Amino acid sequence: MMDRKQCIVKLFVQPSRGLVDEKFIILVQKAPPGYQLTVHALHKCEDGHSWEAFGHYISNAIGTVNVSEDPSLGGTYSGVEQMGLLWSLRPVPGSKPGLRLRKMNVQIPMEVTISVYQGHQTEGFMDQVPLASVVVERWYMAPGVSRIPITEDGLTATLFLPPGPGPFPGLLDLWGGGGQLVEYRASLLASHGIASLALDYLTPKITMETRKMVDLQYFEKAYKILEQHPQVHGSSIGMLGLSLGTSITLKMAAYSEVMKLRCAVCISGSHVQPVDGSMEDILKHFNKNADRTRVSEENEFIWRDLLLPVPSDLAFKVDMGRLKCPLLVVVGEDDQNWPASESAMDMKEMMEQAGNSHLLTVLSYPNAGHLIEPPYTPHARASLFRSMATREKMMALWGGETAAHSLAQEDAWRKLLVFLRENLYSGTNPGTPSLSHL
Amino acid sequence: MLGLRRLAVAASVHRPVRRLSTMSPPTSPILSVQPTRGLVDEKLKVVVESLPPGSPVTLHSLHHSEDEDYWEAFGHYVSDFRGMVSVSEDLSFGGTYTGKEDMGLLWSMRPVPGSRKGLRLRKMNVCSPMLHNISVYSGHVSEGFREQTPLTSVLVERWYMAPGVKRIDIMEKGVRGTLFIPPGPGPFPGLLDMWGGGGGLIEYRSALLASHGYVSLAMDYFNSQELESADLEFKYFETAFNIIKEHPQVIPDRVGMFGLSLGSLVTMHVAAESTIVKPRCCICVSGSHFYPRDRTIKEVIMEPRSNSHRLRIDENNHHVWRDMWIHLLDDPSKKVDVGKINCPILLVNGKDDQNVPADECAEDIALLMNAAGNGHLLSRVLYPDTGHLIEPPYSPHFRASNFKAAGVATKTVMLLWGGQTKPHSDAQEDAWRKILSFLQHNLYSSTPPRAKL
Repeated sequence: MMDRKQCIVKLFVQPSRGLVDEKFIILVQKAPPGYQLTVHALHKCEDGHSWEAFGHYISNAIGTVNVSEDPSLGGTYSGVEQMGLLWSLRPVPGSKPGLRLRKMNVQIPMEVTISVYQGHQTEGFMDQVPLASVVVERWYMAPGVSRIPITEDGLTATLFLPPGPGPFPGLLDLWGGGGQLVEYRASLLASHGIASLALDYLTPKITMETRKMVDLQYFEKAYKILEQHPQVHGSSIGMLGLSLGTSITLKMAAYSEVMKLRCAVCISGSHVQPVDGSMEDILKHFNKNADRTRVSEENEFIWRDLLLPVPSDLAFKVDMGRLKCPLLVVVGEDDQNWPASESAMDMKEMMEQAGNSHLLTVLSYPNAGHLIEPPYTPHARASLFRSMATREKMMALWGGETAAHSLAQEDAWRKLLVFLRENLYSGTNPGTPSLSHL
Repeated sequence: MLGLRRLAVAASVHRPVRRLSTMSPPTSPILSVQPTRGLVDEKLKVVVESLPPGSPVTLHSLHHSEDEDYWEAFGHYVSDFRGMVSVSEDLSFGGTYTGKEDMGLLWSMRPVPGSRKGLRLRKMNVCSPMLHNISVYSGHVSEGFREQTPLTSVLVERWYMAPGVKRIDIMEKGVRGTLFIPPGPGPFPGLLDMWGGGGGLIEYRSALLASHGYVSLAMDYFNSQELESADLEFKYFETAFNIIKEHPQVIPDRVGMFGLSLGSLVTMHVAAESTIVKPRCCICVSGSHFYPRDRTIKEVIMEPRSNSHRLRIDENNHHVWRDMWIHLLDDPSKKVDVGKINCPILLVNGKDDQNVPADECAEDIALLMNAAGNGHLLSRVLYPDTGHLIEPPYSPHFRASNFKAAGVATKTVMLLWGGQTKPHSDAQEDAWRKILSFLQHNLYSSTPPRAKL
């Protein structure tokens, strides 16, 4: 075995400060040739939990390992995976189960320590001294993006404005049934030139104080904030929803008289809902079939059957024929939380019958689960989730197989950015599909 | 385009104006600068897309310094027929730089019209980045940027410190300085980093060297009481050198010295004369080897005043010091005994150095070392049309600037450094690359007898 003392290995990661959706290059140099090395990533999240990932490599004849070109022979990921050290991050052994990595404070970066260890290690990294290590910052916010809390009109929201004079296209950004004000996707989209409003619609201040759910005008008020903002181009506003956020997005796109959406994106959601229903009615509708909940062998809750089968009764699904703007639907075929695939198929049928299916693009990913998020962040196949109905924390099964899910996130994000740019920036009229290069 | 600009002007005032909603979406070009957060010696990739084809635009960069001055650079471009401008591939037709210059927006920066005279751009707080506003303006604009609204702009951060580099104040055994330690377990090679006669504690080069894997000590060697006698002086540098050498994360026999201007002179002097300090290698930028034996550094700084009859003032009222010591070339007792240096030494000089006769000194050093038999240790680079202040790359060039000698009661003068902006900037880029490879070769190369972990 090579004496560790004689090995001055050099480690480079470029960029050392990057956006979360940027790729990095990791180079190990000056190792002995044909040497076994483990490249390791460690991240301590805001909740204080430690996450790690690692890959096993062998240096080439000049003692170099290039993570973007060389295959990992084992570890938390294998094969040639440039970003494997981030997307395959998982809680360190001994962590409590059901963790999910989410950045709540977007004004400071995620710090990841990338290290090189001798040999092909699989555990006990913290008890060893690495050969070299560097610190890498991963940001959800580009320099110059402004973060503006919005509290007027009873809203609980945050607006992210790109740097520059504008005007910018706008986007309403909605998450799902877990509630809270989740900012990271909106701040990342603002880093790509879109003025984005992250909206808390399940646990906003007004609901916490009055114990009443918001009404549909809440969303229209949020839209108006964007539309009237001097740095937002009022006729270039889109809407993006994940999970329950999809339900709202489709309802607004099809029925709102106030919202004139330029385009919409629906991730891991469904059009199934009581058409004339309020926020409360929508949630009640989902719970009607609570007895269809299944439990996996690992005691994880599977809620996808609550909305199945997709009804033929038009009172219980959004009339997709009413849509007048381009719609991007993203689904994971292994979604165990919502029947996203089945819904997407039904949406397509409805639009074909109505004659507006040229507006629809469906991206369907095999082996991807429910939580299709910005790329290079860890995949959670299951995690603890506080159900809005029961208010208890339960282990929800989201689905997805890590490598396939991570690939889906990377592909979906890239296509989402192109879709938004095409529809929010281009000079063509709404309704003209210009997605042939996707 | 004009209508959009009017709306944008109203927008920049941030009044909640109720705007007419137009039918067409924004047609503003898309500017991308990579990386948005980078080290100061990393290249930028600046690309503009979605411009009208064949249209003239100006790319502009604006920096607001710690001293509250504004610096700007700009280039005039014409988009191609895909509506794109790529700064690394296209030619600038005019502005503060011309031609194919991927980093022109940084190195050609100069104070905006109306600024105070004699400014020099230096980052004093290395824990925060330099911020640059990179903007695209319609047409070929040469002035009045502040009164116009750009089509689009982004903010770019430029750092002297990589993430994970530790910054430690040193106030130890009389030595005042700042130590920068790379991330990781180490151990690492070390560097003693010394600036010139302006004095003060200048950290940015050390922070950048630590970002490249060297434990670096930026040293303030002027204001200490220790500099009262030649003996004490040695002791001061020896102490500083040992602080690095004895640090648990430093490989003790891999510590070098890096000096600019007066710092170069100190480096050569200590390398030649100290019986205690044995640097593994030395880098001397823009230094002379004029060091009257048995004199102190303070006395060397005072030297100009005793030679004031040799001081030249040029037509712009700039003080030119280069000829003040040239007469010393013929007197061996007035020069560092470079024949005693026994480690690799790299001399980096500019041919148009107006502060120090760098060219002549480098020649003389080579002669002396060859005569003494240690000429094989010497490497030198001499850059044409390059001045005295050869700094890390992409920082702006100033042919002259305000200068006040440290620790000496003199007035501030405008000192001529020399160099022409474009060749000087090319020299900075090339010199930095050579410096890093020299350090890599001498301090990082294989088969070191390693320190205990």
